[in-house]
Amino acid sequence: MVIEVRGLRKSFGKVEALRGVDFSVPEGKVLGLLGPNGAGKTTAVRILTTLLPPDAGRASVAGFDVARHPAAVRRLIGLAGQATAIAPHLTGFENLEMAGRLYHLGKQAARRRAEDLLARFDLADAAHRQAKTYSGGMLRRLDLAASLIGLPVVLFLDEPTTGLDPRSRVGMWAVIRELVAGGTTLLLTTQYLDEADELADDIVVIDHGQVIAHGAPEQLKDQVGGDVVEFSVEEKAALAPALEAVSSLGERPAFGDTETGRVQVHAGGRGSQVLVEVVRSLDAAGVAVTAMALRRPSLDDVFMSLTGHAADQDNASDGAAGNGPRKKSKGAI
Amino acid sequence: MSAHEVLGAEVALGEGAGLPSVAARRPGPLTRARWAVEDTLVITKRNLLAWTRVPAYIFFTVVQPVMFTLLFRYVFGGAIHVPVPGGYVNYLVPGVIGQTAGFASFSTAIGLARELQTGGVDRIKSMPTARSAFLAGRLVADTLRLFVTIVVMVGVGYGVGFRFSGGAAGAVGMVLLATLLGLAVCTVSALIGLAVKDEESVQAFGLIWVFPLTFVSAAFVPIASMPSWLQGFARHQPFTVVINALRILALGNRVEVAVGQGLGSALWQSFAWTIGVIAVFVPLATRAYKRA
Repeated sequence: MVIEVRGLRKSFGKVEALRGVDFSVPEGKVLGLLGPNGAGKTTAVRILTTLLPPDAGRASVAGFDVARHPAAVRRLIGLAGQATAIAPHLTGFENLEMAGRLYHLGKQAARRRAEDLLARFDLADAAHRQAKTYSGGMLRRLDLAASLIGLPVVLFLDEPTTGLDPRSRVGMWAVIRELVAGGTTLLLTTQYLDEADELADDIVVIDHGQVIAHGAPEQLKDQVGGDVVEFSVEEKAALAPALEAVSSLGERPAFGDTETGRVQVHAGGRGSQVLVEVVRSLDAAGVAVTAMALRRPSLDDVFMSLTGHAADQDNASDGAAGNGPRKKSKGAI
Repeated sequence: MSAHEVLGAEVALGEGAGLPSVAARRPGPLTRARWAVEDTLVITKRNLLAWTRVPAYIFFTVVQPVMFTLLFRYVFGGAIHVPVPGGYVNYLVPGVIGQTAGFASFSTAIGLARELQTGGVDRIKSMPTARSAFLAGRLVADTLRLFVTIVVMVGVGYGVGFRFSGGAAGAVGMVLLATLLGLAVCTVSALIGLAVKDEESVQAFGLIWVFPLTFVSAAFVPIASMPSWLQGFARHQPFTVVINALRILALGNRVEVAVGQGLGSALWQSFAWTIGVIAVFVPLATRAYKRA
């Protein structure tokens, strides 16, 4: 195992960020660490990249214990965090060349490697422009290139596409896939199920500092139950009759949220068929609905089926807004 | 696993992982010392390049002190009477240089807070880069920048009538002592930036402590002109002591009476303050960096 994590714990004051986490990643494989904001993903990455000492438990990277041999670990890893660690007033080339020097590659090797990476990540034309002129997608690619300059055997990407527009996101996926094809062992954190599905060989779902599920993407999706038909009732009084009308149509009893009046029917692999049946049943029962949709399972559905609560529920209660990318606050991640 | 403990030995990596064993070789002390120097130079260059490319930085570090010089020389200077040969301009230039050394440290705090927020610190700490290099590179860059600023200010001072009269050694000594003062203030500022961590808070509060220290000092006006309750603080605080030494170095021993302190006394107090501050704040800032 290139990454081995056993019983990892970390608290920040009273907040338990990690409460005994175990997982491992074999050589050349991609592990997706999936979870909502505040689940403990970034804390796990910070411990594995020697930025933070664990309170208890063990973590090793490439055979080295991260707490006892941090210097050896640092020579073998690359990290691209949530924020892009790029000096905006330096050019793309200067950013990479200096990173190479700081990995002790030597001047010539650092230059050569910087040029190679710029070409590989489609940044050769912008190589001698200051990074502040780059688009969000270009910055992420440059940041990823910087994390690769030291030829890491293990790469850590902490939410590599959070905050990117959909097109840059897909571009970033292509870059990461190509990288992984070259045999790099990768640990990737994400809030998006589709991202983990797209890139990971294995997914570890983490919530409240604990691993709540572990498996290949297909296994997880089967567990979630495929497509979801979702609609909202116009008046809350209509929630009960609506649930009654559709409850037998899905793979398991429909779920209704009394707060929002939103109803979910898990349709398995029969999405469109169930959609038609739901419409018919509601019409027959005389329930007026708004915003009906058929969608693929999301992180919310994974959480709903694994924990019985929505992924963003706890965040909402401590004042953070929803599921979207949130400014990273140091400490209690 | 115990093989990993053997310092300097080449050890096999995580059994069966098939990873390059060269990466696990722990370098000897000489190599590590060389890396510490090289890494510091790379980070120094990185900071200095950014400085030369941002007009606002150059404005803040060079143009603003020049404006202070002109302002006090031509606007306030006529109302301030000092018993210094050559008049107020000779009194002013060493003072405004001392003040500049205090203000220049602002960018140290800002720069460090920004790199904490943008992930630059996390990135470098996850790299095999020497642990001391990030902070050392920042301090070296800021000190070199201050040195350039001081030389520019001496040039501007010459343009408005300032003249060294303490000999070449005194002139060089003044520039170097002012630079040392700047380095000392930068170490305090480094701790502020790393402890506060938030760039906006640093923007708002990072400079407040420098204002009373530089203005309630002998930088611009003789301390005797201040109310008596303020004079005790003004006379003994570090900026005054260093500025006294700067004046005597620049203008010669004949201004010792006007300054109110002898060169020997001003110098040893200056060194005690600056080196003392550096000795206290470098370890504190290093600790804050490790914890950040």
